[in-house]
Amino acid sequence: MMKPRIILDSKHFEITVTRLCYQLIEVHNDFSKTVIIGLQPRGIYLATRIQKKLQEILKKNDIKCGSLDITFYRDDFRQKELVPNATLIDFIIEGKNVILVDDVLFTGRTIRAGLDAMLAFGRPNDVELLVLIDRRLSRHLPIQAKYIGKIIDSIASEKVKVEWKETDGADKVTLLSND
Amino acid sequence: MTKLSTKHLLGIKELTADDINLILTTAESFKEVINRPIKKVPSLRDITIANLFFENSTRTKLSFELAEKRLSADVVNFSSASSSVKKGETLIDTVNNILAMKVDMVVMRHPNPGAAVFLSKHIDAKIVNAGDGAHEHPTQALLDAFSIKEKLGTIKGKKIAIIGDVLHSRVALSNIFCLQKLGAEVMVCGPTTLMPKYIHSLGVKVEHNLRKALEWCDVANMLRIQLERQDIKYFPSLREYTMLFGLNKELLDSLTKKIIVMHPGPINRGVEITSDVADGSQSIILEQVENGVAVRMAVLFLLAGRV
Repeated sequence: MMKPRIILDSKHFEITVTRLCYQLIEVHNDFSKTVIIGLQPRGIYLATRIQKKLQEILKKNDIKCGSLDITFYRDDFRQKELVPNATLIDFIIEGKNVILVDDVLFTGRTIRAGLDAMLAFGRPNDVELLVLIDRRLSRHLPIQAKYIGKIIDSIASEKVKVEWKETDGADKVTLLSND
Repeated sequence: MTKLSTKHLLGIKELTADDINLILTTAESFKEVINRPIKKVPSLRDITIANLFFENSTRTKLSFELAEKRLSADVVNFSSASSSVKKGETLIDTVNNILAMKVDMVVMRHPNPGAAVFLSKHIDAKIVNAGDGAHEHPTQALLDAFSIKEKLGTIKGKKIAIIGDVLHSRVALSNIFCLQKLGAEVMVCGPTTLMPKYIHSLGVKVEHNLRKALEWCDVANMLRIQLERQDIKYFPSLREYTMLFGLNKELLDSLTKKIIVMHPGPINRGVEITSDVADGSQSIILEQVENGVAVRMAVLFLLAGRV
């Protein structure tokens, strides 16, 4: 039986996303040379949320945000059954600063695939990683996020579930464990 | 549904509607990939594929080879004209020798119906049928379905007429199976001599008047007269065939609605279709070719997922 433990409730969720946005503004100013790319399937919710929030704060409406599917770049597609999603990047990433966005950073394999997939669209100037939840101590690859919503310690058998207002009714992050 | 119900792609007959839909959805993703600046993904970089072509082919062979290369698979090509088949080697021996060189998948075109099924029973590799005689040509049917779906939004309830040399056409048979599984109505049209005896058992409408068939359908799939498979005379002359079953601009413009014109290639211009129709605005012949690569990538990707 998986017991849920709430890591972020909807109030803290909102605070965390807002803080991430201000951290981004600190580095990227007005986002004229910066684009956001959310990783399919779950990273795109965070990416669009951040895009909206940034546009609200900066009072502009031209922050670029795309979604990137990494299915064909995964190293484990023969072990798992994967369904490809749509990639939608209707801007040039050549020479831009790219912020890759995903909901949970766990083994780092998704991000590795994401980096590969992104390079098919050009050579960015600079790539940074933003995640809502960082499950530290569980990495298989030397990959770290620059912007982190919350760091948690968890073991492999536990699961982190991120829910979104848009699809699940409420913003919430829970940790599911077996004991 | 994230997985095919079958290990090989031998024919459309063995697939379920879910399988076909899975292939078509996956192909959409690959169509996006092949329109990127870098058209290649690393999915199959650990897979080796042998293309065995015991019969001539331009489109299918190139299309499969491009699909394989864009998935980063290693590719070996084989054509019977320059091989030991000429020295009397059997099909199984030939293929087993190729497999001994550690090949994971085989894409095969063969002049004999059932060659792919036969092979699948005797060797241990994934097999993709790229056309076996007058039997099936599954990837062609899949790319036709993909092209129709792309153009019309859906296949369910649409009316598709397959026109021409149905008797010798593997494209016709695969298309009939595929379109029916997806819920389309299918009609075949052509001279009585070029209709297979069992055609009624397939549950398709049969029409011998080209104009009636065109008035009925949303999509017309024009087939080539396969003179190389015709051992006897099936009609008096090509000229007469063209007059009765050839699609020209005048006929197309006189219809009450705009239909979509398809052709699996190679085209015999001026026989089953005139140049102005083949190159006209209602024709999606070149889209079919483009989609062929995406559909074949999807098939190889999904089958490789089961290696």
